[in-house]
Amino acid sequence: MQWETVIGLEVHVQLATRSKIFSGSSTAFGAEPNSQASAVDLGLPGVLPVLNENAVAMALRFGLAIDAEIPDVSVFERKNYFYPDLPKGYQTSQMAQPIVGKGVLEILPEDGERKQIRIHHAHLEEDAGKSLHEDFAGMSGIDLNRAGTPLLEIVSEPDLRSAKEASAYLRAMHTLVTYLGISDGNMAEGSMRCDVNVSIRPKGQQEFGTRAEIKNVNSFRFVERAIAYEVERQIDILEDGGKVVQETRLYDPDADETRSMRTKEEANDYRYFPCPDLLPLVVDQAYVDHQRSLLPELPAAKRERYESELGLSSYDAGVLTAHHDTADYFEQTLEVCGDAKLAANWVQGELSAQLNRDSLPISESPVSAAQLGGLLVRLKDDTINGKAAKQVFQELWQRRFEDADQVIEAKGLKQVTDTGALEAAIDEVIAANPVQVTQYVEATEEKRGKMVGFFVGQVMKATRGTANPQQVNKLLKEKLDALL
Amino acid sequence: MLDLTLAEMARGLTSGEFKSVDLVRGFLDRIQQRDADINSFITVTGDAALEQAEAADAARAKDDVGALTGVPLALKDIFCTEGVLTTAASKMLSNFVSPYNATVVEKLNSAGTISLGKTNMDEFAMGSSNENSFFGAVKNPWDHSLVPGGSSGGSAAAVAAGLVPAALGTDTGGSIRQPAAFCGITGLKPTYGRVSRYGIIAYASSLDQAGPFGRSAEDCALLLNAIAGHDGRDSTSVSRVVPDYTATLAQPLDGLKIGLPVEYFGDGLDAGVEQAVREAVKVYESLGAQVVDVSLPHTQLAVPAYYVIAPAEASSNLARYDGVRFGHRCDSPVDLEDLYKRSRGEGFGEEVKRRILMGTHTLSEGFYDAYYRKAQQVRRLIRQDFLDAFDKVDVLMGPAAPTPAFKLGEQADPVSMYLQDIYTIAINLAGIPGISVPAGFVDNRPVGLQILGPHFGESHLLNVAHVFQQHTDWHQRRPEQYQG
Repeated sequence: MQWETVIGLEVHVQLATRSKIFSGSSTAFGAEPNSQASAVDLGLPGVLPVLNENAVAMALRFGLAIDAEIPDVSVFERKNYFYPDLPKGYQTSQMAQPIVGKGVLEILPEDGERKQIRIHHAHLEEDAGKSLHEDFAGMSGIDLNRAGTPLLEIVSEPDLRSAKEASAYLRAMHTLVTYLGISDGNMAEGSMRCDVNVSIRPKGQQEFGTRAEIKNVNSFRFVERAIAYEVERQIDILEDGGKVVQETRLYDPDADETRSMRTKEEANDYRYFPCPDLLPLVVDQAYVDHQRSLLPELPAAKRERYESELGLSSYDAGVLTAHHDTADYFEQTLEVCGDAKLAANWVQGELSAQLNRDSLPISESPVSAAQLGGLLVRLKDDTINGKAAKQVFQELWQRRFEDADQVIEAKGLKQVTDTGALEAAIDEVIAANPVQVTQYVEATEEKRGKMVGFFVGQVMKATRGTANPQQVNKLLKEKLDALL
Repeated sequence: MLDLTLAEMARGLTSGEFKSVDLVRGFLDRIQQRDADINSFITVTGDAALEQAEAADAARAKDDVGALTGVPLALKDIFCTEGVLTTAASKMLSNFVSPYNATVVEKLNSAGTISLGKTNMDEFAMGSSNENSFFGAVKNPWDHSLVPGGSSGGSAAAVAAGLVPAALGTDTGGSIRQPAAFCGITGLKPTYGRVSRYGIIAYASSLDQAGPFGRSAEDCALLLNAIAGHDGRDSTSVSRVVPDYTATLAQPLDGLKIGLPVEYFGDGLDAGVEQAVREAVKVYESLGAQVVDVSLPHTQLAVPAYYVIAPAEASSNLARYDGVRFGHRCDSPVDLEDLYKRSRGEGFGEEVKRRILMGTHTLSEGFYDAYYRKAQQVRRLIRQDFLDAFDKVDVLMGPAAPTPAFKLGEQADPVSMYLQDIYTIAINLAGIPGISVPAGFVDNRPVGLQILGPHFGESHLLNVAHVFQQHTDWHQRRPEQYQG
């Protein structure tokens, strides 16, 4: 039997507000446990929530970026359940009337076609705290620093058909929210978390199969692996004549498997009802328009512009726009050097290789975009050659100099283009290598072409790499051919 | 000196006739002598009060004063008070010392009033007789075999017994107006949103509202001046100018249009109470008011709707009392579920448990539409009844409660207890203000006249109540054993 995988994702994006969604406490990551938990976050008797406008603005900008319907009114509701790291015994969330309605996100799976994934809705809610099970023998610790951090939960339609599409969706989402500046997108710190709904059905069948929800899958890689495992599991069950049960499962990355957490029968009845402490949220058109005016150029538009206006290949445009930090860096480099292809090559080549080697994000690159741009200016105007350029780049990477010109000056890397000086060097090389010269003269024309390289290398060596290779090539050929 | 109204007391302090320290000492003595009989206080903060009184006297000497500087009062034990036990009369919070002040407490502090302590109440404000207190029932100062009403019974009894000149309470379904009526004092429930709820331990958030008890409408006006106003920490508080409620107290009532809701004079109304209320209305007629019958057709639905909405909100509001962060925790829990079950099972009283169960049930999947959604629809109809009535008349008048104070233990059945609030509950559902003023006696038991006005009509209500008190002396009567 041919099976088709059906996947829907619920992505929780931690919004990059300075303070929490319903209190003034800081949202900074990594503080001492419970040092960022106010009376409101602790759920003390008598406290009340006050909505953070910035969280609303960020949610709206997300909605506008996915071309979503923006309802005039959205309503906060209480999702009631008991858990030690949920201080009030309910999570303030949105249910029937979310802040962002139906929208769409375009994805580009590896080796695949562009595809439009429908977004069902996105809603605002508060995060819970954390239960700490280490360090407390026989007990659990509660850290409420994270309690009340604003989350935007983005729920897709079941439009994804493979693990690769799911991870492409997650990547596209990551790209979008970081472009929008509404999240730092730091997966390791939990700024983007994902629940995956997976089911399978015989290919061609219309109805969906029974789904399992896999909770808290927190990296692109784990999403692919968790889905792959889950699909195999469901196929095994069905092919053995069994039935998939609707349940919540947990992905264990160490064992690379999913495990049952609770079945539908054990599921909580969350008793949602409108939160009486928060009035319905009304956004007027002027406010929405204002948020629209704050939108940056979005990834898809940028990619399109890189291709059509800058003449970059589709591949280059895709790589450079995948992360807004990369795109920013590229654009700043381009602004200085004025050559899109050259800038693209260097950002994806030398810079990217060096960043990988040192495990640095582009935002922490020791070589700034302005420095790289300055370097490329000197490459373009023939002040230095390509080899020297790499050396300049290394010097800048070590932070030994302020800009390319300083390196070129200090290291004497300025390209020798003075024909007289080059001719002298060439004459010396010819004089010093009589055997090779004789071989050259006696060789066929085809072989001679390859043999020039040896002499070029000798001249470059003699000039410590500063000679202009094209010029050396040309002059050498003239002089050698004169000996024929 | 101790039997003056707040207004008179403030004048005495200003003229130097007596000092704040004298007042505070005098009332603390009375509390010590008399409160054993009526049990109106849970916590007396004598030392702090004396310190504040000295500070108030010093401030008065420097003329650095407000209208209420140095005037003592008491707070229902539902208001969070920094560094002071705040219990909501529950075992659950019998160890809870609030780390912060409610907004109204801050406002009273800055107005210069001095709290003598925290008054007894029905646990979590759930009750109409003050018999549901972990700290024992409160007795009615007029007759110790009678209840004082509830839930703010301690505040009402303390004022009636002359232990404090005024007090603050909260009113979710009648919890200020009914005890004011039973104890023969004046009590005002302001419009929902007029007074901040921040720091008031929540019972039913969409209905809770704080308000004053005093010996006169004028005293209530003085206190409302101090506590009313928008609060950035309470999203449901309303941004609207706070008038000087004392400025319009004496306006003549010529041409006042009074509506008598026919539904408030039907079956179940004690004949003596009806007679007293009708006599009071005649006083208004003699002052030039016109009286017409009006109808509030959905009156009979108010109690059922309230007992869906209030318990639903309460079931969620009280989820935070889980034994994890503060409040009562059971001994040696074996696991998390045991911790929850026993902490809550031991910490909450019967009536609180009953309402949590009712609320949990009505919000459950499959019941929500039939109960909660339907109750919200009823709530809109009830509100519309009042809006329609106020198109025709300026104020509505009727009894605050169907009977005068009943005997302790007399209302053993919860439903007959709930029906005590038949004339007060609809007012909370509609969000309008209401005041109860003393209007006579039945068998030595006080009767309260309830006056209702449109949203934010407190000035007019207080004016109507004050003029009545200029022409009657019911509000000046004192229980025999508490005179002087």
